[in-house]
Amino acid sequence: MLCVRVIPCLDVKEGRVVKGTNFVNLRDMGDPVAVAAEYEAQGADELVFLDITASHEQRQTMVDVVRRTADTVFMPLTVGGGIRDLDDIRRLLGAGCDKVSINSTAVKNPQLVEQAANRFGKQCIVVNIDPKRTVRDGREIWEVHIHGGRMPTGLEAVAWAKEVERLGAGEIVLTSMDRDGTCDGYDLEITAAVSAAVKIPVVASGGAGNADHLADVVEQAGASAVLAASIFHSGQYTIDQAKAVMERRGIPVRRRHD
Amino acid sequence: MIAIVDYQMGNLRSVQKAFERVGTPAVITNSHREIRSADRLVLPGVGAFPDAMRELKQRDLISVLKDYVSEGRPLLGICLGMQLLFDSSCEFGEHSGLGLIRGTVEPFELPDPLKVPHMGWNLSSVPTGFPDRDGHPIFGALSKQPSYFYYVHSFYCRPIEEKCVALHADYGGWFAGAVAQSNIVATQFHPEKSQADGLELLRRFAMWTPGA
Repeated sequence: MLCVRVIPCLDVKEGRVVKGTNFVNLRDMGDPVAVAAEYEAQGADELVFLDITASHEQRQTMVDVVRRTADTVFMPLTVGGGIRDLDDIRRLLGAGCDKVSINSTAVKNPQLVEQAANRFGKQCIVVNIDPKRTVRDGREIWEVHIHGGRMPTGLEAVAWAKEVERLGAGEIVLTSMDRDGTCDGYDLEITAAVSAAVKIPVVASGGAGNADHLADVVEQAGASAVLAASIFHSGQYTIDQAKAVMERRGIPVRRRHD
Repeated sequence: MIAIVDYQMGNLRSVQKAFERVGTPAVITNSHREIRSADRLVLPGVGAFPDAMRELKQRDLISVLKDYVSEGRPLLGICLGMQLLFDSSCEFGEHSGLGLIRGTVEPFELPDPLKVPHMGWNLSSVPTGFPDRDGHPIFGALSKQPSYFYYVHSFYCRPIEEKCVALHADYGGWFAGAVAQSNIVATQFHPEKSQADGLELLRRFAMWTPGA
């Protein structure tokens, strides 16, 4: 039985972990390698580092962080944020991460997804999709946004998900811009629609406020994995405590029982 | 010394670091001389089967690998490196593999809502038909306690001889999570990404002398 993955996401700026609250209030949380090791000990199934460094020049710092992390923890590591070309991907994979997550660039240059999947294998190419409920011509659409939710693209989330699957993405991380930072729970409706539309795994993201939210999006929306930040960073739950709640609701999770 | 075969297919550094963690140095190399003189060989790999065979061919590594195995020395295949050991794969058309283990590599064709790639941690256990169930130097310890390992793949191996399946896992049906055949062992999952249980498996490989 395949387990549902529970994935903490760390925002990393200039080589340091920061805690994001609505993308503006950032508090230094320290060394990414130490935080990664702590999450490994708690039973995290994967880790995501989101590079929120502003300038492209400082991105080499992230490569160093990935190298030091991959030397220390032996679990799957995904890096997202600011990935622009095949060279960025090659450097990160070479440093020891397993997947890269492409967001804005996938919209601006969809060929990158195709080229990267052909070159490195689709299993290491993740596409982030950030939908926001928007009203267009009197009708609600789930519009894909880029640049941290600031820029609308005109793309509709389900159609875009099918397109990135066709281009060769191996996984989708779906982050609801309406729910992100709210702690009200994941957007079940959008997650269910996207998950049903593609064959590749869909990771739910944005809005987790408690462990039942993690279970809800698996149970009611078919998510293959759940990504969360603040409920873990705040210490509200350890990874294993959250998994215990999911397990009680009948969801297969990886736990040590010895 | 353990040699990790470098043929430009994926992240070899993690495999090297994982061996270092369990106290065994490992070199990443495509040198025929280093591979021939290695005590143990690891064939890792992620990506597409035909690309991998082409890369091996370009480096004249196919006969080097086959010779190594024919001398009875230990080989560990990981993920795509396991699939390459088989006769053939139908990934992007029919392609020949190394032919060291009899069988084919086939795509997951699974009903919804099962996703492909099969990605994540799956409970893996020793099948009852595996000979030397408790005593196998690499997989025997798992016969009493199945473990979770991290998988990511869209194709799976179908050995002709079922008794070489050392671990199996369930994803819309049982598939081979690991195989063992005399001096060859191979895992579909990534031991180097499977935390303590994966590292333990690498540690046992690093101490293994086939036939001893």
